[in-house]
Amino acid sequence: MAEATLSFKKAAANALADGELQRALQNIKTGFVAKRAAAKTKLPEFDALRTEARAIKDHTLTHLDLYLEAYESKVVESGGQVHFAPTAADARDIVLKLCRERGAKLVAKGKSMVSEEIGLNAHLEAAGIEVVETDLGEYIVQLKGETPSHIIAPAIHLNKEAVAAYFRRAHKGRLTSRRLSDVKDLVAEARAVLREKFLAAGVGITGANLLIAETGSSVIVTNEGNGDLTSTLPRTHIVIASIEKIVPTLEDACTILRLLSRSATGQDITTYTTFTTGPRREGDPDGPTAYHVVLLDNGRSDMLGGIFQDMLRCIRCGACLNHCPVYGTIGGHAYGSVYPGPMGAVLTPALQGLDHARDLPNASSLCGRCEEVCPMSIPLPAMLRAWREHEFAQGTRSWSERLALKVWAFVAKRPRLYHALAGLGVPLLRRLAGGRGRFTWLPFGTSWTRVRDLPAPEGRTFQQLYARRSREIANERP
Amino acid sequence: MSAPEEARAAVLARIRGALGIAKLDRARRAAVARRLERHPRGTIPAQAVLGPAACASRLAEMLTKQGAEVARAATPEDTINAIASYLASNNLPPRLRMGADPRLAALPWKAAWDISRAFGPAEPSDKACLSYALVAAAETGTLFLVSGADNPTTLNFLPEFHMVLVKASDIVGFYEEAWDRLRGIYDERTLPRTVNMISGPSRTADIEQTIVKGAHGPRRLYVVIQG
Repeated sequence: MAEATLSFKKAAANALADGELQRALQNIKTGFVAKRAAAKTKLPEFDALRTEARAIKDHTLTHLDLYLEAYESKVVESGGQVHFAPTAADARDIVLKLCRERGAKLVAKGKSMVSEEIGLNAHLEAAGIEVVETDLGEYIVQLKGETPSHIIAPAIHLNKEAVAAYFRRAHKGRLTSRRLSDVKDLVAEARAVLREKFLAAGVGITGANLLIAETGSSVIVTNEGNGDLTSTLPRTHIVIASIEKIVPTLEDACTILRLLSRSATGQDITTYTTFTTGPRREGDPDGPTAYHVVLLDNGRSDMLGGIFQDMLRCIRCGACLNHCPVYGTIGGHAYGSVYPGPMGAVLTPALQGLDHARDLPNASSLCGRCEEVCPMSIPLPAMLRAWREHEFAQGTRSWSERLALKVWAFVAKRPRLYHALAGLGVPLLRRLAGGRGRFTWLPFGTSWTRVRDLPAPEGRTFQQLYARRSREIANERP
Repeated sequence: MSAPEEARAAVLARIRGALGIAKLDRARRAAVARRLERHPRGTIPAQAVLGPAACASRLAEMLTKQGAEVARAATPEDTINAIASYLASNNLPPRLRMGADPRLAALPWKAAWDISRAFGPAEPSDKACLSYALVAAAETGTLFLVSGADNPTTLNFLPEFHMVLVKASDIVGFYEEAWDRLRGIYDERTLPRTVNMISGPSRTADIEQTIVKGAHGPRRLYVVIQG
C-alpha cells in the first residue's frame, strides 16, 4: 500500500480523465451527502451527541492502557482470547497461526479496514489459504484484484456492467445466458455464491466498529448481514481491530452508534448492529467454538499524547471522504493508501511515516468541510497543516516551493514591508494584466494558467481600502 | 515472558510512555473503575423518550420505513393467524424453523392452523423461521435478539423469511433502556455470546448506491407485535 502514494499526482491526473469514475463520484453528492444532511436534521440532539462522543473518546484514549486491560479480562472471562500485535507483521502472523492451528483452508471475511491496512489477504493466500471477502463491495473489488476506493462503499467507483463482467469471469459453472443486467440479479448471484463460502469456511474474520471494555464485546455494523454469517457459521471467529476502537461501556457505544450510521450512509441505524462476546456458550446450538481478538497497534500508540492523538477518535464513517472536494474529484484510489480522503491523508503518514505519503497532506484545499461534518470533531485541516509543517521542516519539498514559502514568511512577518510591497505590487500587477483584469500566463504559474486564468487585482490593496474606509467613518461621526 | 506476553507488555508500555504515565496512579484506575461500574448515560434523543403505547407505534413505523413488514396481534391466537397467513400469502408451505423458546412453544399452534415446526439452528434449506425478541427499542425500530438454544443466531440470517414475535410490553423507547432490560435478565455485565440489534431486512447499496433487499441475510423481515 505504501508505494502508490509516491505517484499521487499522476494517479490524480488519471482519475480526472476517467469518465466512469467521474460519473460514479457524482453519486456521492446525491447519495451520501444529501442523506446525511437529512438524517442530521431529524435528530436535534446530533451536535450534543457529537460533543459527548468526542469526550468519550478523549477520556478513553487518555486511559487506553487501563481500558484495554479491562476489555481483555472480560474477553477471557467469556471464553475468548486476546492477542496484542505491536506491528502489522505481528498481526498477520497471529492470524495465520490461528488459521493453521484450526486447519482452515478457506477463510470468510467480513469488512475490515484494519485487515486491508496490514495486507492480511495476501499473507494468508501466500500460505495457501483461500480468503473470500463477503461484503458485496469488498467481494467485487477482490474479484477485480483491487483495494477498496471508499472505506464504507468499497466498489463505489464501479458500475453494474463492470460488476457483471467480473461475475461472468469468476463464477464458473453457471449458464452463460443468465441475466446479469440488473443490480438485483448481481446481488442474487453474489448471495448464492457467497452462501456456499460461508458454509464451507473454517475461520471467519471480522473487523470491529467498537470494542466495549465493560462487557468484552466486539461490535460490527452492517446492512448485508455478511459480518454476522462470518461470525456465526465458521468454527472459529477472529476479530481484528485496532487498539483505539475501544469504548468504556454499552452506553458509550449507544452514543457513538447514534452518530455512526447517520454520518456514514444517512441511516438512523444500519440493519444489523451485532455485539459478540466470546465463543459459543454451553447449550448454544450455533456459533463458533473459538473466539480470538487481535488488537493491532501499528503506530497508533505513538500518536497518543501528541498533536495527532485526536485522529484516534475516528470511527471510520467516511463522512469526510463524502464531503471532500478533492476526494469527490479524484476518488479513493488516487490517494494510493488504504485510508483515502482527509482522514487517510492524516492517518497514513502517522502510521507509515511521511516518507510514504509525501503528497497526501497537500491533497487538500483546507476548505474545512471534513471537520465540519466529522461526528468526532477531529480537527483534520489543522492536522493536515501540521503535516505540511513537518514536511517543510524536514526539507523534503521542492526548492522552489521552499524558497517561495521562505520569502513569503519573511515578508509576512514584517507588516511595514508587507504593506509597502503590496502597495507597489498591486498597481504593477494591474498594469501587467492590461485591460483584461486577468492573467492567461504567469511565470512559475503555468500549471495554474494552463487550464484557467488568474484574476488580477483591480483596485487598491485591502489595507489601503481598510484605512480609507476607517477615515471615512471617522469623518462621518458628528 | 512468552512472545504473546512480551507483545502485550510492549503495547501497553508504549501507550503508557506516550501518555507520559510514569507509574500507575490510583486516580486513573479509580476513574476507569467508576465509569465501568456506573456506566452513565449520555444524551437520550427526546423522540425516543416515549410511553408504552407510543413505543409500539413508533417501533412499527420505523421498522416499516426500513423495509420490514409489521402486524399487530391482540392475542396469541391472532399471532398464530398472522404467521400462518403471512406464510400463505407468500406462497410458502406451512412450515417453519424455530428455537426452543418457551414463549414461542406456548403459542396456540394447533388452534386454527397446522403449521409444521422444525426445531434447532437454521439449515441452509430452511425458507422461513420464527424468533422471539426479548426486547425492542422504538427509537430506530430495533429488535434485540439474543443467542442461545431458545433463539439460535443462525435463524436471524440464513432463511429468506425471518419472522419475529415481540410483546408490546417488551418495547422500550431507547437503546439504553433495552440494554438495562438485558442487564436485568443476564448477570450484570455478562452478555450472551451474541446480541443482534436488527432494524430491517438485509440490504445492500454497494453497486451504484442502488438499494437491494436480501443481500446475505433475510430478504423479508416480518414482525408481529403482540398485545
